[in-house]
Amino acid sequence: MKIAVVEPDPERAREIIDALTEDGWEDVVVLGDVIGLARKLSALNPDLVLIDLANPSRDALEQVSAASDAQSRPVAMFVDHSDDEMTQAAVTAGLSAYVVGELQPERIRPVLKTAIARFQMMNQMRLELEAAKQALVDRKTVDRAKGMIMRARGIGEEEAYALLRKTAMSQNRKVIDVAQALLTASDLLS
Amino acid sequence: MSTTLLNCGYVPLVDSAPLIVAQELRFAADEGIELNLLPQPSWAALRDLLALGHLNVAHMLSPMPTAMSLGLSGPPAQVDALMVLSANGTVIGVSSMMADAMRAKGWHGGFTDPEATAPPMLEALNRPLRVGVPFPFSMHRLLFEYWIRHSGGAPDMQIITTPPPLMADAVSSGELDVFCVGEPWGSVAVSAGVGELILPGVAIWAQAPEKVLAARRVWIDDNATSVSCLMRAVSRAARWLDQPENRVLAIEILARSAHLNLPVSAVEHALAGRFATRAGGPPVHVPDFVRFFDRATNFPWRSQAAWIGEQISHLTGIDRSHAIEVAQGTMRPDSYRMHLGPLGVDMPGASAKVEGALAHSTAVASTKGQMILGPDAFFDGKTYDFTPVK
Repeated sequence: MKIAVVEPDPERAREIIDALTEDGWEDVVVLGDVIGLARKLSALNPDLVLIDLANPSRDALEQVSAASDAQSRPVAMFVDHSDDEMTQAAVTAGLSAYVVGELQPERIRPVLKTAIARFQMMNQMRLELEAAKQALVDRKTVDRAKGMIMRARGIGEEEAYALLRKTAMSQNRKVIDVAQALLTASDLLS
Repeated sequence: MSTTLLNCGYVPLVDSAPLIVAQELRFAADEGIELNLLPQPSWAALRDLLALGHLNVAHMLSPMPTAMSLGLSGPPAQVDALMVLSANGTVIGVSSMMADAMRAKGWHGGFTDPEATAPPMLEALNRPLRVGVPFPFSMHRLLFEYWIRHSGGAPDMQIITTPPPLMADAVSSGELDVFCVGEPWGSVAVSAGVGELILPGVAIWAQAPEKVLAARRVWIDDNATSVSCLMRAVSRAARWLDQPENRVLAIEILARSAHLNLPVSAVEHALAGRFATRAGGPPVHVPDFVRFFDRATNFPWRSQAAWIGEQISHLTGIDRSHAIEVAQGTMRPDSYRMHLGPLGVDMPGASAKVEGALAHSTAVASTKGQMILGPDAFFDGKTYDFTPVK
Protein backbone atom coordinates (compact mmCIF):
# COMPACT_ATOMS: atom_id res chain seq x y z
CA MET A 1 0.00 0.00 0.00
CA LYS A 2 1.37 3.38 -1.05
CA ILE A 3 0.68 6.20 1.41
CA ALA A 4 1.13 9.92 0.67
CA VAL A 5 1.47 12.27 3.63
CA VAL A 6 0.68 15.92 2.91
CA GLU A 7 2.50 17.78 5.67
CA PRO A 8 4.60 20.94 5.25
CA ASP A 9 6.07 20.73 8.77
CA PRO A 10 9.11 18.36 8.55
CA GLU A 11 8.95 17.56 12.27
CA ARG A 12 5.33 16.41 12.12
CA ALA A 13 5.94 14.59 8.85
CA ARG A 14 8.74 12.64 10.50
CA GLU A 15 6.50 11.65 13.42
CA ILE A 16 3.89 10.31 11.05
CA ILE A 17 6.44 8.38 9.02
CA ASP A 18 7.88 6.86 12.19
CA ALA A 19 4.45 5.71 13.31
CA LEU A 20 3.73 4.25 9.88
CA THR A 21 7.08 2.48 9.59
CA GLU A 22 6.69 0.98 13.05
CA ASP A 23 3.45 -0.59 11.91
CA GLY A 24 4.99 -2.01 8.78
CA TRP A 25 3.91 0.55 6.22
CA GLU A 26 7.10 1.36 4.36
CA ASP A 27 5.90 2.84 1.11
CA VAL A 28 5.37 6.37 2.37
CA VAL A 29 5.95 9.59 0.44
CA VAL A 30 5.84 13.03 2.07
CA LEU A 31 4.59 15.97 0.05
CA GLY A 32 5.78 19.07 1.86
CA ASP A 33 5.27 21.65 -0.86
CA VAL A 34 1.56 21.98 -1.62
CA ILE A 35 1.98 23.91 -4.87
CA GLY A 36 0.96 21.59 -7.69
CA LEU A 37 -0.39 19.09 -5.16
CA ALA A 38 -3.13 17.70 -7.41
CA ARG A 39 -0.64 17.06 -10.21
CA LYS A 40 1.89 15.42 -7.88
CA LEU A 41 -0.74 13.20 -6.30
CA SER A 42 -2.08 12.12 -9.67
CA ALA A 43 1.45 11.16 -10.74
CA LEU A 44 2.09 9.36 -7.46
CA ASN A 45 -1.25 7.58 -7.44
CA PRO A 46 -1.20 6.63 -3.74
CA ASP A 47 -3.69 4.26 -2.15
CA LEU A 48 -4.15 6.47 0.89
CA VAL A 49 -3.64 10.17 1.51
CA LEU A 50 -2.99 11.60 4.98
CA ILE A 51 -3.61 15.30 5.51
CA ASP A 52 -4.21 17.60 8.45
CA LEU A 53 -7.82 18.75 8.55
CA ALA A 54 -6.58 22.30 9.09
CA ASN A 55 -4.59 22.22 5.85
CA PRO A 56 -6.25 24.46 3.25
CA SER A 57 -4.93 22.17 0.51
CA ARG A 58 -7.66 19.75 1.46
CA ASP A 59 -9.66 21.35 -1.36
CA ALA A 60 -7.00 20.38 -3.89
CA LEU A 61 -7.59 16.74 -2.93
CA GLU A 62 -11.24 17.09 -3.90
CA GLN A 63 -10.21 17.17 -7.48
CA VAL A 64 -7.86 14.23 -7.21
CA SER A 65 -10.58 12.07 -5.70
CA ALA A 66 -13.10 13.32 -8.27
CA ALA A 67 -10.70 12.48 -11.09
CA SER A 68 -10.02 8.97 -9.87
CA ASP A 69 -12.67 7.09 -7.97
CA ALA A 70 -13.63 9.08 -4.89
CA GLN A 71 -14.59 5.94 -3.00
CA SER A 72 -11.44 4.01 -3.77
CA ARG A 73 -9.02 6.53 -2.31
CA PRO A 74 -9.53 7.27 1.36
CA VAL A 75 -8.27 10.52 2.81
CA ALA A 76 -7.38 10.41 6.47
CA MET A 77 -7.16 13.65 8.32
CA PHE A 78 -5.73 14.90 11.57
CA VAL A 79 -7.09 17.68 13.72
CA ASP A 80 -5.78 19.02 16.99
CA HIS A 81 -8.78 18.05 19.08
CA SER A 82 -10.12 14.58 18.87
CA ASP A 83 -13.83 14.01 18.67
CA ASP A 84 -14.78 10.37 18.71
CA GLU A 85 -18.41 11.12 18.02
CA MET A 86 -17.42 12.90 14.86
CA THR A 87 -15.04 10.16 13.77
CA GLN A 88 -17.89 7.71 14.12
CA ALA A 89 -20.29 10.00 12.27
CA ALA A 90 -17.75 10.45 9.48
CA VAL A 91 -17.33 6.71 9.06
CA THR A 92 -21.07 6.07 9.16
CA ALA A 93 -21.72 8.78 6.62
CA GLY A 94 -19.30 7.09 4.25
CA LEU A 95 -16.90 9.98 4.34
CA SER A 96 -13.40 9.04 3.34
CA ALA A 97 -12.08 11.16 6.17
CA TYR A 98 -10.99 10.26 9.64
CA VAL A 99 -10.32 12.54 12.48
CA VAL A 100 -7.88 12.01 15.28
CA GLY A 101 -6.50 13.93 18.22
CA GLU A 102 -3.05 15.40 18.50
CA LEU A 103 -0.48 13.91 16.25
CA GLN A 104 0.61 11.23 18.68
CA PRO A 105 1.84 8.00 17.15
CA GLU A 106 -0.52 5.99 19.37
CA ARG A 107 -3.44 8.04 18.04
CA ILE A 108 -2.37 7.65 14.43
CA ARG A 109 -2.42 3.87 14.43
CA PRO A 110 -6.10 3.18 15.19
CA VAL A 111 -7.14 5.83 12.71
CA LEU A 112 -4.92 4.42 10.01
CA LYS A 113 -6.22 0.95 10.71
CA THR A 114 -9.80 2.17 10.35
CA ALA A 115 -8.96 4.07 7.18
CA ILE A 116 -7.18 1.14 5.61
CA ALA A 117 -9.85 -1.35 6.66
CA ARG A 118 -12.44 0.93 5.15
CA PHE A 119 -10.36 1.30 2.01
CA GLN A 120 -10.13 -2.44 1.63
CA MET A 121 -13.85 -2.87 2.28
CA MET A 122 -14.79 -0.17 -0.23
CA ASN A 123 -12.36 -1.58 -2.75
CA GLN A 124 -13.84 -5.06 -2.31
CA MET A 125 -17.37 -3.70 -2.74
CA ARG A 126 -16.33 -1.79 -5.81
CA LEU A 127 -14.74 -4.88 -7.36
CA GLU A 128 -17.83 -6.94 -6.59
CA LEU A 129 -20.10 -4.29 -8.06
CA GLU A 130 -18.00 -4.14 -11.21
CA ALA A 131 -18.04 -7.92 -11.48
CA ALA A 132 -21.83 -7.97 -11.08
CA LYS A 133 -22.25 -5.28 -13.71
CA GLN A 134 -19.95 -7.13 -16.08
CA ALA A 135 -21.84 -10.38 -15.53
CA LEU A 136 -25.07 -8.64 -16.47
CA VAL A 137 -23.56 -7.20 -19.64
CA ASP A 138 -22.06 -10.60 -20.52
CA ARG A 139 -25.38 -12.32 -20.08
CA LYS A 140 -27.07 -9.92 -22.48
CA THR A 141 -24.34 -10.51 -25.05
CA VAL A 142 -24.63 -14.30 -24.74
CA ASP A 143 -28.44 -14.05 -24.99
CA ARG A 144 -28.22 -12.04 -28.20
CA ALA A 145 -25.72 -14.48 -29.72
CA LYS A 146 -27.93 -17.39 -28.71
CA GLY A 147 -30.97 -15.76 -30.36
CA MET A 148 -28.98 -15.22 -33.52
CA ILE A 149 -27.90 -18.87 -33.70
CA MET A 150 -31.47 -20.02 -32.98
CA ARG A 151 -32.83 -17.95 -35.90
CA ALA A 152 -30.02 -18.83 -38.31
CA ARG A 153 -30.10 -22.58 -37.66
CA GLY A 154 -33.71 -23.06 -36.63
CA ILE A 155 -32.69 -24.74 -33.38
CA GLY A 156 -33.82 -24.40 -29.76
CA GLU A 157 -32.25 -22.31 -27.00
CA GLU A 158 -30.48 -25.15 -25.21
CA GLU A 159 -29.00 -26.45 -28.41
CA ALA A 160 -27.82 -22.97 -29.39
CA TYR A 161 -26.08 -22.54 -26.07
CA ALA A 162 -24.51 -26.01 -26.32
CA LEU A 163 -23.16 -25.05 -29.72
CA LEU A 164 -21.69 -21.82 -28.36
CA ARG A 165 -20.05 -23.70 -25.50
CA LYS A 166 -18.68 -26.42 -27.73
CA THR A 167 -17.16 -23.84 -30.09
CA ALA A 168 -15.63 -21.97 -27.18
CA MET A 169 -14.13 -25.17 -25.71
CA SER A 170 -12.69 -26.34 -29.00
CA GLN A 171 -11.07 -22.96 -29.58
CA ASN A 172 -9.98 -22.67 -25.98
CA ARG A 173 -11.90 -19.40 -25.58
CA LYS A 174 -14.57 -18.14 -23.23
CA VAL A 175 -18.25 -18.37 -24.16
CA ILE A 176 -18.58 -14.60 -23.84
CA ASP A 177 -15.68 -14.07 -26.29
CA VAL A 178 -17.25 -16.34 -28.90
CA ALA A 179 -20.62 -14.65 -28.43
CA GLN A 180 -18.99 -11.24 -28.78
CA ALA A 181 -17.14 -12.32 -31.93
CA LEU A 182 -20.38 -13.60 -33.43
CA LEU A 183 -22.16 -10.30 -32.76
CA THR A 184 -19.28 -8.30 -34.16
CA ALA A 185 -19.15 -10.41 -37.30
CA SER A 186 -22.88 -10.14 -37.77
CA ASP A 187 -22.77 -6.35 -37.33
CA LEU A 188 -20.06 -6.19 -40.01
CA LEU A 189 -22.02 -8.31 -42.45
CA SER A 190 -25.46 -6.74 -41.98
CA MET B 1 -34.06 36.01 27.77
CA SER B 2 -32.07 32.97 26.75
CA THR B 3 -29.77 33.15 23.76
CA THR B 4 -29.59 30.42 21.17
CA LEU B 5 -26.04 29.61 20.06
CA LEU B 6 -25.71 28.71 16.39
CA ASN B 7 -22.53 27.06 15.07
CA CYS B 8 -21.82 29.04 11.95
CA GLY B 9 -19.03 27.96 9.59
CA TYR B 10 -17.32 30.35 7.20
CA VAL B 11 -14.19 30.64 5.11
CA PRO B 12 -12.32 33.84 6.00
CA LEU B 13 -13.04 35.84 2.85
CA VAL B 14 -14.35 39.39 2.51
CA ASP B 15 -17.77 38.14 1.44
CA SER B 16 -18.36 36.44 4.78
CA ALA B 17 -19.00 40.03 5.95
CA PRO B 18 -22.79 39.70 6.51
CA LEU B 19 -22.22 37.00 9.14
CA ILE B 20 -19.42 38.90 10.88
CA VAL B 21 -21.40 42.14 10.89
CA ALA B 22 -24.52 40.36 12.14
CA GLN B 23 -22.55 39.11 15.14
CA GLU B 24 -20.28 42.12 15.79
CA LEU B 25 -22.96 44.83 15.43
CA ARG B 26 -25.32 42.78 17.59
CA PHE B 27 -28.01 42.28 14.93
CA ALA B 28 -27.87 38.64 16.03
CA ALA B 29 -28.11 39.49 19.72
CA ASP B 30 -31.17 41.67 18.98
CA GLU B 31 -32.86 38.55 17.63
CA GLY B 32 -31.88 36.44 20.63
CA ILE B 33 -29.21 34.40 18.88
CA GLU B 34 -25.44 34.28 19.00
CA LEU B 35 -23.38 33.25 16.00
CA ASN B 36 -20.52 31.01 17.05
CA LEU B 37 -18.35 31.96 14.06
CA LEU B 38 -16.07 29.02 13.21
CA PRO B 39 -13.48 29.73 10.51
CA GLN B 40 -12.80 26.74 8.23
CA PRO B 41 -9.51 26.03 6.47
CA SER B 42 -11.14 24.68 3.31
CA TRP B 43 -14.51 24.38 1.58
CA ALA B 44 -14.28 20.60 1.84
CA ALA B 45 -13.83 20.79 5.63
CA LEU B 46 -16.74 23.22 5.93
CA ARG B 47 -18.91 21.03 3.73
CA ASP B 48 -18.17 17.85 5.70
CA LEU B 49 -18.83 19.51 9.06
CA LEU B 50 -22.17 20.85 7.80
CA ALA B 51 -23.15 17.48 6.33
CA LEU B 52 -22.31 15.76 9.63
CA GLY B 53 -24.32 18.28 11.64
CA HIS B 54 -21.40 19.85 13.49
CA LEU B 55 -22.21 23.18 11.90
CA ASN B 56 -25.79 24.45 11.96
CA VAL B 57 -25.33 26.91 9.12
CA ALA B 58 -22.53 27.90 6.76
CA HIS B 59 -21.28 30.56 4.38
CA MET B 60 -21.01 28.53 1.20
CA LEU B 61 -20.12 28.76 -2.48
CA SER B 62 -23.45 29.04 -4.30
CA PRO B 63 -23.08 25.78 -6.33
CA MET B 64 -22.24 23.70 -3.22
CA PRO B 65 -25.80 23.01 -1.94
CA THR B 66 -26.71 21.66 -5.39
CA ALA B 67 -23.52 19.60 -5.68
CA MET B 68 -24.05 18.16 -2.18
CA SER B 69 -27.73 17.44 -2.78
CA LEU B 70 -26.84 15.67 -6.03
CA GLY B 71 -24.29 13.57 -4.12
CA LEU B 72 -21.43 14.97 -6.23
CA SER B 73 -19.43 16.46 -3.39
CA GLY B 74 -18.70 14.87 -0.02
CA PRO B 75 -21.12 12.77 1.99
CA PRO B 76 -24.54 13.04 0.32
CA ALA B 77 -26.73 15.48 2.25
CA GLN B 78 -29.82 17.50 1.39
CA VAL B 79 -28.57 21.04 1.87
CA ASP B 80 -30.62 24.15 1.11
CA ALA B 81 -29.78 27.83 0.60
CA LEU B 82 -31.80 30.06 2.93
CA MET B 83 -30.64 33.23 1.23
CA VAL B 84 -27.95 34.56 -1.07
CA LEU B 85 -25.23 36.26 1.00
CA SER B 86 -23.52 38.14 -1.81
CA ALA B 87 -23.45 38.65 -5.55
CA ASN B 88 -20.29 38.89 -7.67
CA GLY B 89 -16.92 39.67 -6.10
CA THR B 90 -14.52 37.47 -8.08
CA VAL B 91 -11.77 38.23 -10.59
CA ILE B 92 -10.05 36.35 -13.38
CA GLY B 93 -6.31 36.81 -13.84
CA VAL B 94 -3.49 35.34 -15.89
CA SER B 95 0.21 34.76 -15.28
CA SER B 96 2.58 37.47 -16.46
CA MET B 97 3.89 35.13 -19.15
CA MET B 98 0.36 34.47 -20.32
CA ALA B 99 -0.43 38.22 -20.32
CA ASP B 100 2.55 38.84 -22.61
CA ALA B 101 1.48 36.00 -24.90
CA MET B 102 -2.04 37.50 -25.02
CA ARG B 103 -0.66 40.93 -25.92
CA ALA B 104 1.26 39.29 -28.79
CA LYS B 105 -2.13 38.03 -30.00
CA GLY B 106 -3.62 41.54 -29.94
CA TRP B 107 -4.97 41.82 -26.38
CA HIS B 108 -5.18 45.47 -25.35
CA GLY B 109 -5.78 45.08 -21.64
CA GLY B 110 -8.84 46.79 -20.30
CA PHE B 111 -10.87 45.02 -17.71
CA THR B 112 -14.45 44.99 -18.92
CA ASP B 113 -14.61 43.27 -22.29
CA PRO B 114 -15.10 39.48 -22.17
CA GLU B 115 -15.68 39.23 -25.93
CA ALA B 116 -12.40 40.91 -26.86
CA THR B 117 -10.45 39.08 -24.14
CA ALA B 118 -11.42 35.49 -24.93
CA PRO B 119 -9.80 35.09 -28.41
CA PRO B 120 -6.29 36.26 -27.44
CA MET B 121 -6.50 34.15 -24.28
CA LEU B 122 -7.51 31.03 -26.20
CA GLU B 123 -4.83 31.60 -28.84
CA ALA B 124 -2.02 32.52 -26.45
CA LEU B 125 -0.66 29.03 -25.76
CA ASN B 126 -0.25 25.94 -27.90
CA ARG B 127 -1.49 23.63 -25.16
CA PRO B 128 -4.57 23.32 -22.95
CA LEU B 129 -4.94 26.14 -20.42
CA ARG B 130 -4.33 25.31 -16.78
CA VAL B 131 -6.95 27.15 -14.78
CA GLY B 132 -6.94 27.56 -10.99
CA VAL B 133 -10.28 27.70 -9.19
CA PRO B 134 -10.91 27.58 -5.43
CA PHE B 135 -13.23 24.57 -5.51
CA PRO B 136 -14.58 22.16 -8.15
CA PHE B 137 -18.10 23.46 -7.45
CA SER B 138 -17.66 27.24 -7.31
CA MET B 139 -19.27 30.14 -9.17
CA HIS B 140 -15.71 31.07 -10.23
CA ARG B 141 -15.47 27.88 -12.24
CA LEU B 142 -19.03 28.02 -13.60
CA LEU B 143 -18.49 31.58 -14.86
CA PHE B 144 -15.11 30.83 -16.38
CA GLU B 145 -16.24 27.70 -18.19
CA TYR B 146 -19.44 29.44 -19.35
CA TRP B 147 -17.39 32.31 -20.74
CA ILE B 148 -15.00 29.99 -22.58
CA ARG B 149 -17.74 27.70 -23.93
CA HIS B 150 -19.74 30.66 -25.20
CA SER B 151 -16.65 32.15 -26.83
CA GLY B 152 -16.10 29.07 -28.97
CA GLY B 153 -13.22 27.96 -26.76
CA ALA B 154 -11.60 24.57 -26.46
CA PRO B 155 -13.15 22.29 -23.85
CA ASP B 156 -9.84 20.60 -23.08
CA MET B 157 -8.64 22.95 -20.38
CA GLN B 158 -7.29 21.64 -17.13
CA ILE B 159 -9.14 22.83 -14.03
CA ILE B 160 -6.87 22.78 -10.97
CA THR B 161 -8.36 23.31 -7.53
CA THR B 162 -6.10 25.69 -5.59
CA PRO B 163 -6.80 27.26 -2.19
CA PRO B 164 -7.05 31.08 -2.68
CA PRO B 165 -4.14 31.95 -0.34
CA LEU B 166 -1.90 29.71 -2.50
CA MET B 167 -3.12 31.03 -5.85
CA ALA B 168 -0.33 33.62 -6.31
CA ASP B 169 2.36 31.05 -5.47
CA ALA B 170 0.87 28.53 -7.90
CA VAL B 171 0.93 31.18 -10.64
CA SER B 172 4.50 32.23 -9.90
CA SER B 173 5.76 28.64 -9.88
CA GLY B 174 4.24 28.08 -13.32
CA GLU B 175 1.53 25.63 -12.19
CA LEU B 176 -1.28 27.89 -13.45
CA ASP B 177 -1.85 30.00 -16.57
CA VAL B 178 -5.18 31.41 -15.43
CA PHE B 179 -6.66 31.95 -11.96
CA CYS B 180 -10.23 32.62 -10.86
CA VAL B 181 -10.44 33.86 -7.29
CA GLY B 182 -12.26 36.14 -4.85
CA GLU B 183 -10.65 39.27 -3.52
CA PRO B 184 -8.20 40.00 -1.99
CA TRP B 185 -6.36 37.05 -3.53
CA GLY B 186 -6.41 38.38 -7.10
CA SER B 187 -4.86 41.65 -5.95
CA VAL B 188 -2.30 39.68 -3.95
CA ALA B 189 -1.10 38.03 -7.18
CA VAL B 190 -0.93 41.44 -8.88
CA SER B 191 1.03 43.15 -6.12
CA ALA B 192 3.41 40.17 -5.95
CA GLY B 193 4.10 40.92 -9.62
CA VAL B 194 3.26 37.39 -10.80
CA GLY B 195 0.06 38.05 -12.75
CA GLU B 196 -2.44 40.50 -14.25
CA LEU B 197 -6.20 40.70 -13.85
CA ILE B 198 -8.14 40.41 -17.10
CA LEU B 199 -11.82 40.42 -16.06
CA PRO B 200 -14.07 40.74 -13.03
CA GLY B 201 -16.65 37.96 -12.69
CA VAL B 202 -19.40 40.59 -12.89
CA ALA B 203 -18.46 41.15 -16.57
CA ILE B 204 -19.58 37.59 -17.38
CA TRP B 205 -22.82 37.63 -15.40
CA ALA B 206 -23.95 40.94 -13.91
CA GLN B 207 -25.76 39.37 -10.94
CA ALA B 208 -24.10 36.06 -10.15
CA PRO B 209 -25.06 34.61 -6.76
CA GLU B 210 -21.64 34.06 -5.20
CA LYS B 211 -22.13 32.85 -1.62
CA VAL B 212 -25.23 31.52 0.08
CA LEU B 213 -26.29 30.89 3.66
CA ALA B 214 -26.76 27.13 3.72
CA ALA B 215 -28.09 24.56 6.18
CA ARG B 216 -29.29 20.98 6.08
CA ARG B 217 -32.94 20.71 5.12
CA VAL B 218 -33.78 18.63 8.23
CA TRP B 219 -32.25 21.30 10.44
CA ILE B 220 -34.19 24.05 8.66
CA ASP B 221 -37.43 22.13 9.09
CA ASP B 222 -36.80 21.42 12.78
CA ASN B 223 -35.59 24.87 13.80
CA ALA B 224 -38.01 27.40 12.32
CA THR B 225 -37.51 29.91 15.14
CA SER B 226 -33.71 29.89 14.91
CA VAL B 227 -33.92 30.09 11.12
CA SER B 228 -36.19 33.11 11.38
CA CYS B 229 -33.91 34.91 13.87
CA LEU B 230 -30.82 34.08 11.84
CA MET B 231 -32.26 35.29 8.55
CA ARG B 232 -33.53 38.53 10.11
CA ALA B 233 -30.13 39.25 11.65
CA VAL B 234 -28.22 38.49 8.45
CA SER B 235 -30.67 40.46 6.31
CA ARG B 236 -30.23 43.54 8.54
CA ALA B 237 -26.45 43.12 8.42
CA ALA B 238 -26.53 42.87 4.62
CA ARG B 239 -28.63 46.02 4.32
CA TRP B 240 -26.25 47.84 6.65
CA LEU B 241 -23.27 46.72 4.53
CA ASP B 242 -24.72 48.09 1.30
CA GLN B 243 -25.33 51.59 2.71
CA PRO B 244 -22.43 53.67 1.36
CA GLU B 245 -22.16 55.77 4.56
CA ASN B 246 -21.30 52.60 6.51
CA ARG B 247 -18.44 51.50 4.29
CA VAL B 248 -15.60 53.02 6.27
CA LEU B 249 -16.90 51.49 9.48
CA ALA B 250 -17.49 48.15 7.74
CA ILE B 251 -13.87 48.05 6.59
CA GLU B 252 -12.70 48.81 10.14
CA ILE B 253 -14.90 46.11 11.67
CA LEU B 254 -13.92 43.45 9.15
CA ALA B 255 -10.22 44.20 9.26
CA ARG B 256 -9.98 44.66 13.04
CA SER B 257 -12.08 41.72 14.12
CA ALA B 258 -10.27 38.44 14.55
CA HIS B 259 -12.55 36.77 12.03
CA LEU B 260 -10.81 37.56 8.74
CA ASN B 261 -7.16 38.22 9.52
CA LEU B 262 -6.80 40.37 6.40
CA PRO B 263 -5.13 43.81 6.19
CA VAL B 264 -7.32 46.94 5.98
CA SER B 265 -6.17 47.66 2.41
CA ALA B 266 -7.27 44.21 1.19
CA VAL B 267 -10.76 44.59 2.63
CA GLU B 268 -10.99 48.15 1.34
CA HIS B 269 -10.15 47.24 -2.27
CA ALA B 270 -12.70 44.45 -2.30
CA LEU B 271 -15.55 46.49 -0.81
CA ALA B 272 -14.80 49.51 -2.99
CA GLY B 273 -14.32 47.46 -6.17
CA ARG B 274 -11.09 49.29 -6.96
CA PHE B 275 -8.09 47.39 -8.31
CA ALA B 276 -4.77 47.72 -10.01
CA THR B 277 -5.00 45.11 -12.76
CA ARG B 278 -1.22 44.94 -13.09
CA ALA B 279 1.63 45.85 -10.76
CA GLY B 280 2.07 49.63 -10.73
CA GLY B 281 -0.92 50.16 -13.03
CA PRO B 282 -3.63 52.76 -12.39
CA PRO B 283 -6.58 51.58 -10.27
CA VAL B 284 -9.70 50.56 -12.17
CA HIS B 285 -13.12 50.94 -10.59
CA VAL B 286 -15.64 48.13 -11.14
CA PRO B 287 -19.22 49.14 -10.31
CA ASP B 288 -21.24 46.43 -8.50
CA PHE B 289 -18.05 44.47 -7.89
CA VAL B 290 -19.64 42.90 -4.82
CA ARG B 291 -23.16 43.44 -3.54
CA PHE B 292 -24.76 42.32 -0.26
CA PHE B 293 -28.36 43.58 -0.22
CA ASP B 294 -29.57 45.97 -2.94
CA ARG B 295 -31.42 44.75 -6.06
CA ALA B 296 -32.91 41.82 -4.11
CA THR B 297 -29.43 40.27 -3.88
CA ASN B 298 -30.45 38.09 -0.91
CA PHE B 299 -33.53 36.66 -2.60
CA PRO B 300 -33.01 32.93 -3.34
CA TRP B 301 -34.21 32.89 -6.94
CA ARG B 302 -35.15 29.43 -8.14
CA SER B 303 -34.04 30.53 -11.61
CA GLN B 304 -30.51 31.31 -10.39
CA ALA B 305 -30.35 27.81 -8.92
CA ALA B 306 -31.62 26.36 -12.20
CA TRP B 307 -28.79 28.10 -14.07
CA ILE B 308 -26.31 26.63 -11.58
CA GLY B 309 -27.89 23.18 -12.08
CA GLU B 310 -27.55 23.48 -15.85
CA GLN B 311 -23.87 24.42 -15.60
CA ILE B 312 -23.18 21.53 -13.21
CA SER B 313 -24.75 19.16 -15.71
CA HIS B 314 -22.34 20.57 -18.34
CA LEU B 315 -19.34 19.98 -16.05
CA THR B 316 -20.25 16.52 -14.82
CA GLY B 317 -22.35 15.04 -17.60
CA ILE B 318 -25.26 14.27 -15.27
CA ASP B 319 -28.78 14.55 -16.65
CA ARG B 320 -29.71 18.19 -17.26
CA SER B 321 -33.34 18.13 -16.14
CA HIS B 322 -32.47 16.19 -12.99
CA ALA B 323 -29.70 18.65 -12.10
CA ILE B 324 -32.00 21.62 -12.68
CA GLU B 325 -34.80 20.11 -10.61
CA VAL B 326 -32.52 19.31 -7.66
CA ALA B 327 -30.86 22.74 -7.90
CA GLN B 328 -34.20 24.56 -7.85
CA GLY B 329 -35.23 22.57 -4.78
CA THR B 330 -32.17 23.81 -2.85
CA MET B 331 -33.26 27.48 -3.05
CA ARG B 332 -35.88 28.31 -0.44
CA PRO B 333 -37.89 31.40 -1.48
CA ASP B 334 -40.77 29.99 0.59
CA SER B 335 -38.75 30.24 3.77
CA TYR B 336 -37.36 33.65 2.73
CA ARG B 337 -40.83 35.10 2.23
CA MET B 338 -42.16 33.59 5.44
CA HIS B 339 -39.34 34.79 7.71
CA LEU B 340 -38.39 38.13 6.16
CA GLY B 341 -41.79 39.34 4.95
CA PRO B 342 -42.83 40.39 8.48
CA LEU B 343 -39.53 42.33 8.81
CA GLY B 344 -40.66 44.56 5.94
CA VAL B 345 -38.09 43.30 3.43
CA ASP B 346 -39.44 44.01 -0.06
CA MET B 347 -40.16 40.83 -2.03
CA PRO B 348 -40.40 40.26 -5.78
CA GLY B 349 -43.78 39.09 -7.05
CA ALA B 350 -42.39 35.84 -8.52
CA SER B 351 -39.76 33.41 -7.22
CA ALA B 352 -38.20 32.82 -10.63
CA LYS B 353 -37.26 35.22 -13.41
CA VAL B 354 -35.78 35.04 -16.88
CA GLU B 355 -32.07 35.13 -16.00
CA GLY B 356 -30.07 37.52 -18.16
CA ALA B 357 -33.08 39.52 -19.37
CA LEU B 358 -32.18 42.81 -17.66
CA ALA B 359 -29.46 44.79 -19.41
CA HIS B 360 -30.17 47.74 -17.09
CA SER B 361 -31.71 48.40 -13.70
CA THR B 362 -35.45 47.91 -14.07
CA ALA B 363 -38.45 48.46 -11.79
CA VAL B 364 -40.59 45.37 -11.30
CA ALA B 365 -43.71 44.59 -9.30
CA SER B 366 -43.06 43.74 -5.65
CA THR B 367 -44.94 43.28 -2.39
CA LYS B 368 -44.39 46.95 -1.53
CA GLY B 369 -45.27 48.23 -5.00
CA GLN B 370 -42.08 48.37 -7.02
CA MET B 371 -38.51 47.22 -6.56
CA ILE B 372 -35.40 47.74 -8.65
CA LEU B 373 -33.79 44.63 -10.13
CA GLY B 374 -30.83 44.11 -12.40
CA PRO B 375 -28.82 44.40 -14.40
CA ASP B 376 -28.47 40.63 -14.56
CA ALA B 377 -27.26 40.21 -18.16
CA PHE B 378 -24.78 37.60 -19.39
CA PHE B 379 -21.81 38.81 -21.46
CA ASP B 380 -23.16 37.12 -24.58
CA GLY B 381 -26.68 38.52 -24.18
CA LYS B 382 -28.24 35.06 -23.76
CA THR B 383 -31.32 34.65 -21.57
CA TYR B 384 -32.37 31.63 -19.54
CA ASP B 385 -36.01 30.86 -18.89
CA PHE B 386 -36.48 27.74 -16.80
CA THR B 387 -40.23 28.01 -16.35
CA PRO B 388 -41.79 24.75 -17.47
CA VAL B 389 -43.71 25.10 -20.76
CA LYS B 390 -47.39 24.41 -20.06
